[in-house]
Amino acid sequence: MTGAAASHGARHRARPWLGGLVPLLIVLAWFAATSLYHRFPPHQLPSPGQVGATAWQLAADGELSRHVLASVGRVLAGFALGASLALVLGTLVGLSRTAEAIIDPTLQLARNVPSLAWVPFLLLWMGIDEAPKITLIAIGAAFPVYLNLVAGIRQTDRALIEVGRAYGMGRVDLVRRIVLPSAYPYLLTGLRIAIGQSWLFLVAAELIASTRGLGFLLIDGENTARPNIMLVGILVLAVLGKLSDTALRGLARRVAPWSDGLEAR
Amino acid sequence: MSHASAALRADRVTRRFGDQVVFQELSLEVRRSEIVSLIGPSGCGKSTLLRVIAGLERGDAGRVEIDGRELRGPDRAVGFMFQEPRLLPWLTVRDNIVLGLPRAGRRDAGGLVDRLLAQVQLEGAAPLWPRQLSGGMAQRVALARCLAIEPSVVVLDEPFSAVDALTRMVLQDLLLAIARRTGLTMLLVTHDLDEALYLSDRVVVMTGRPATLTETVTVALPRPRNRRAPELAAWRGDLLEALDLTGAASPTWHEIHGHDLDPRYPNHPPPTPSFSSGLP
Repeated sequence: MTGAAASHGARHRARPWLGGLVPLLIVLAWFAATSLYHRFPPHQLPSPGQVGATAWQLAADGELSRHVLASVGRVLAGFALGASLALVLGTLVGLSRTAEAIIDPTLQLARNVPSLAWVPFLLLWMGIDEAPKITLIAIGAAFPVYLNLVAGIRQTDRALIEVGRAYGMGRVDLVRRIVLPSAYPYLLTGLRIAIGQSWLFLVAAELIASTRGLGFLLIDGENTARPNIMLVGILVLAVLGKLSDTALRGLARRVAPWSDGLEAR
Repeated sequence: MSHASAALRADRVTRRFGDQVVFQELSLEVRRSEIVSLIGPSGCGKSTLLRVIAGLERGDAGRVEIDGRELRGPDRAVGFMFQEPRLLPWLTVRDNIVLGLPRAGRRDAGGLVDRLLAQVQLEGAAPLWPRQLSGGMAQRVALARCLAIEPSVVVLDEPFSAVDALTRMVLQDLLLAIARRTGLTMLLVTHDLDEALYLSDRVVVMTGRPATLTETVTVALPRPRNRRAPELAAWRGDLLEALDLTGAASPTWHEIHGHDLDPRYPNHPPPTPSFSSGLP
């Protein structure tokens, strides 16, 4: 049994450097296409060296950290707001048929509004400051958490609920000790999708109206015809997205170490 | 007052599903430290009787007493062992074992857990997760969880039918050893005649519809028993005869419950088609 557990762990920890293989190949191809064979003009696709130099320059004069901090702040605020709201609503709807009947249809309507459709309205109501951006991100983060949490609560194994009953648990204890823990893996999946959505909505918000942030960096690069700046923005977004997902997975493994599914994907 | 010494007493209990009467005015007693098996064709209602006795289902009439006290719903005086281990996957073995204890008792139950794990011969398993256990090991943990609440009576619903034959024998002997040491009172549902005869002081046959207790075989054999004791063959014949397997076919699940059996939950109605949290 310990052997099974060990080999199980080993399967997931095996050769993490393999994941770096494809990015490395892409950079090599990129390098070959630009610096070696000059197949693309620099105003379309700058070389890795040029992008690296731009990144270094942006980092050195503090420009990059200003944009990153602005974006990270917005994502964290929006994600926290949306996820908290979804946590409350999802728990209510998951546990109560009445709450479901009251709340769920409205949320399903709201969910089906294409995210960008909110933007003009939010700008009209909240101006072009932080508020509309954080709200938009919160909207994007809320739905995956809500949907997964409700599904997680609903899939609770009746057999386990019966165990709780056999051991004298009342309704509150059943929810607290059986239903919610059983929904944890779903909740964590929802949170991971939500953090991805948050970055998506962040860029949407920043592309439209902002003076700083990574989305602004992208649009600024476009307006000033500097593709190397755009590529820096894209690369930083990729790294930040991956980092936030890894952080959530780490959290998940600490909060719910029993769950197998968390380690996959 | 001849019932005073009974640890478990089911008195004229009735259970109906809709207009189907599963059993009517059925009475059964188990004395302190007695091991009684209930056998019968599948679908005869023996699991239902067990669940009514354990308070997991309400009887439609009659009463169930443990040590002379009437039972109303699930009660710490009755430990229920399911066919499957049903350990909570998000709790370690240790936390699964103390599941039924009051909050204060759960916090520092280290000594109790170690003692119970020793009883079920799983020393050192406390920090493991359920997914790291084999089926037999998980069922031992389930037994420890059941013993942790120090129930007056343990009811077991085909507890060893989901493990392989060899593990089954090991678990049977483990159960008997614990029963001998602690004087456990047990009521066991099984469809394995040999298991019933090997474990029990008394084997009760439940047949018919509505089901009645048609036959009782007292297994007058000293313990520890030999699984191949020649006397067992004769009792086995008696039981087979009482079960009347050649007679009319026993009712199907559908006839009794009015719906089809969900293979995931042999003792439950199937989940409702729409989502449900399954809460009572």
